[in-house]
Amino acid sequence: MSKEQRLGEIIAEHHGREGPLMPILHDVQAEFGCVDAESEAIIAKGLNLSRADVHGVVSFYHDFHTAADQRPEVQICRAEACKARGVEALMTDAEAAAGERVKLSTVYCLGLCSVGPNARIGDDLHARLDSTRLTKLIESA
Amino acid sequence: MTLVKISDDALARACGADALAAAFEKKGCEVHRVSSWGMQWLEPLVEIDGKGFGPATADDVDAILDGSSDLAIGAIEDHPFIASQQRLTFARAGKTRPTSLEDYAATGGWSGLKRAREIGAEQIVEEVLHSGLRGRGGAGFPAGIKWRTVAQTPGAQKYIVANADEGDSATFADRMVMEGDPYALIEGMAIAGKAVGASQGYVYLRSEYPDAIAKMNRALELCADIIAPFKCEVRVGAGAYVCGEETSLLNSLEGKRGEVRAKPPLPAIEGLFGRPTVVNNILTLAAVPHILGEGGANDYEALGMGRSKGTMPIQLAGNIKHGGLYETAFGITLGELINDIGGGTASGRPVKAVQVGGPLGAYLHPDQFDIKFDYEEYTASEALIGHGGITVFDDTADMGGMARFAMEFCAAESCGKCTPCRIGSVRGVEIIDRMREGRSRGTLERQPQMHNTPKQDRSAEDEVVLLADLCDVMKSSSLCALGGFTPYPVVSAMRYWPEDFSDDPESVTRALERIGT
Repeated sequence: MSKEQRLGEIIAEHHGREGPLMPILHDVQAEFGCVDAESEAIIAKGLNLSRADVHGVVSFYHDFHTAADQRPEVQICRAEACKARGVEALMTDAEAAAGERVKLSTVYCLGLCSVGPNARIGDDLHARLDSTRLTKLIESA
Repeated sequence: MTLVKISDDALARACGADALAAAFEKKGCEVHRVSSWGMQWLEPLVEIDGKGFGPATADDVDAILDGSSDLAIGAIEDHPFIASQQRLTFARAGKTRPTSLEDYAATGGWSGLKRAREIGAEQIVEEVLHSGLRGRGGAGFPAGIKWRTVAQTPGAQKYIVANADEGDSATFADRMVMEGDPYALIEGMAIAGKAVGASQGYVYLRSEYPDAIAKMNRALELCADIIAPFKCEVRVGAGAYVCGEETSLLNSLEGKRGEVRAKPPLPAIEGLFGRPTVVNNILTLAAVPHILGEGGANDYEALGMGRSKGTMPIQLAGNIKHGGLYETAFGITLGELINDIGGGTASGRPVKAVQVGGPLGAYLHPDQFDIKFDYEEYTASEALIGHGGITVFDDTADMGGMARFAMEFCAAESCGKCTPCRIGSVRGVEIIDRMREGRSRGTLERQPQMHNTPKQDRSAEDEVVLLADLCDVMKSSSLCALGGFTPYPVVSAMRYWPEDFSDDPESVTRALERIGT
C-alpha cells in the first residue's frame, strides 16, 4: 500500500469524529514516525484545512515530529520531583551511554514522582533508576 | 489456593510488579491485579489476607509465602500511613480490580448515578453546591456554580470534559484514579452530564500516561451500556504542558494548536466547539459519586476548614522517605505531611525546600511548616495548593538552579500567545544566569546598533530588581497560570535562599525589599 493510500485510510477512519485532527496526527506519527510535509498536505486536503493550519498544529506539540528518527528513543524525566531525587547527576553517564546510537529526550513528568528518577521506552516505564540501571536500559534500548 | 493481590498501577509496574505477579503465579497462587494503596515507597506491595509485604521482588516470593519474609509490614489497613487518612475519592484504592465491573458494583459503584437519575438535574446541582466541592485542578472554583452556569445556558449540545492533562511534577492522583478506579471518574462524568444536560463527554488524557490511556479505553468500552445515553471517549494529548489549562485544552480537543483563549467567554458558556462545556479536573469528577450518594453532600461539607471543604488527595513526592498518595480533610499542616507522614527526606538529610502545587507553585521554607492545607491560607502566603502535589528537596538542592528551571520550563511550554510568558520567561533565564555567573552583559547588548541599551554592567542589586520587575509583569499580565504563576517559584526561591543566587546574598534581599515584593 502506498503512503498516500495509508494516509487516506487513517483520515477516513477518523473523519466522522468531532475534532479529528489530533487523533489523525497521532496515528500518522505512530505509523510513519513523523508527520512530514507530504502527510501534512494530504491531511489538510482530507479535512478541508489549509496546510498552514495542519503545520501549525504539528509544530505546536512535542509529540509530533516533521522528520523520522530511526534511533531508539529513551525519555528521561527531568522535572522537579526527579531533580529532587538526583536525575541531573545521571545525565553525563546517560549521554555517554547513548552516544549517537540512542536518542535521549527530556520529558516533563511521567507521574511516578516519589520513585524517580524515571524513564520511558516505548510504553514501558522504569523507576528507581541509578546510573547503572539507566546505563543498562540505554544500552539495551 | 493463596490469593495474592498486587497492584497493576503504572508506578508498581515500573518498579517490577509484573515480574513479581508472574513469580507468584508460577508458585500456583491466584493473583489479583488491584489498584494501588498509594504507599509508593513499598511498591511493589504484595497483599495476602490483608497483610502487606514490600517492596518485593521475585526473589522474595518464597519467603513471603512461608511467612519468613522480613518485608512484612503487618495489616495494611492498620498501617499508620493508611489508618490516618480519610479516603473518599480513593476509598477503593488497593481493594478492587480497576476495570472489574463486578468489583465496582460490589463496593457501592453506580449508586451515585442511580440516585442522580432519580433526583433530577436541579437537585444534583444543589447537592454539589451544598457539598462545597471546589475544582481540584488548582483554581479551586466551586464546581456547583460551574455546573449551574452550564445547566442554565441554552444549547442543543453540551459537553463534559475531564481534564486529565496532569502535567505538574509531583502529581499523580489523576493517574491513580484513572488506573485504579476508572469507573468512579466515568460515573462522575455521567452525573455531571445528567446535571447540565450534556450527552457527550471527553477525557483529555496526556500521552505520558500509556497505562491510564489503556485502562480508560477498556473501562469505557465495558461500561458503555451503564452510562448510556451518556457517551464518553478518551482523547490523547501530545506532550504540551499548557494543554492542562482549560481553554488551551479545548482548542487541542478541537484539533487546533493548544493556545490559550482569552476569557470571557467562559467555557461554561462558549466552550468546546463554542458550546456550553463543563471542564473539571479528574479529582473533582471522581469526588462526585460519593457526594451524590445518600447523605454524601452533608458528609463532604462537614469535612475540611474555612471555604475548603471535603478531602484533598495530597501527593507526597520528590526526596521523601514515605512518598505516595495521602487523602485527608483540608487543614493539615505542611510539617505534619512531610515530617510525620512522609518521614522526612529519603536521603536522610535535612529538608531545604518544599514545592507545593507543581512547577508553578512557590517554594516553601521549613520555617513555614505550620501552614495549613487550605486554598485561602496558601493564597495569603503567596503560594498555591494547585493540584496537591508536594516535592521535597534536601539540603543539596540548588534553589537558584530551580528558579532558573522554572523560567526555562515556562519558556519550553509557553503556548506563545501572550508576550509576558513567551518572551518574559526567556529573559528570566538570562537574568538568572547573569546573576549566578557574575553580571556580564550578553554580547547582543554590546552591539553598536543597540544604542538604547546601557553599556555598563548592572549591579547585582539591579539584576534582582529587574528580575522582580519581570516577575511582576508576568504575574499581572499573562493570560493564564503558566506565565502568571511562574514567578511564584522564582520569587520565593530568591526570598528564602538568596545565597543560591549571588555571592552577595544581601543585595538580593535588599533589592526585594526595595521593590516591596
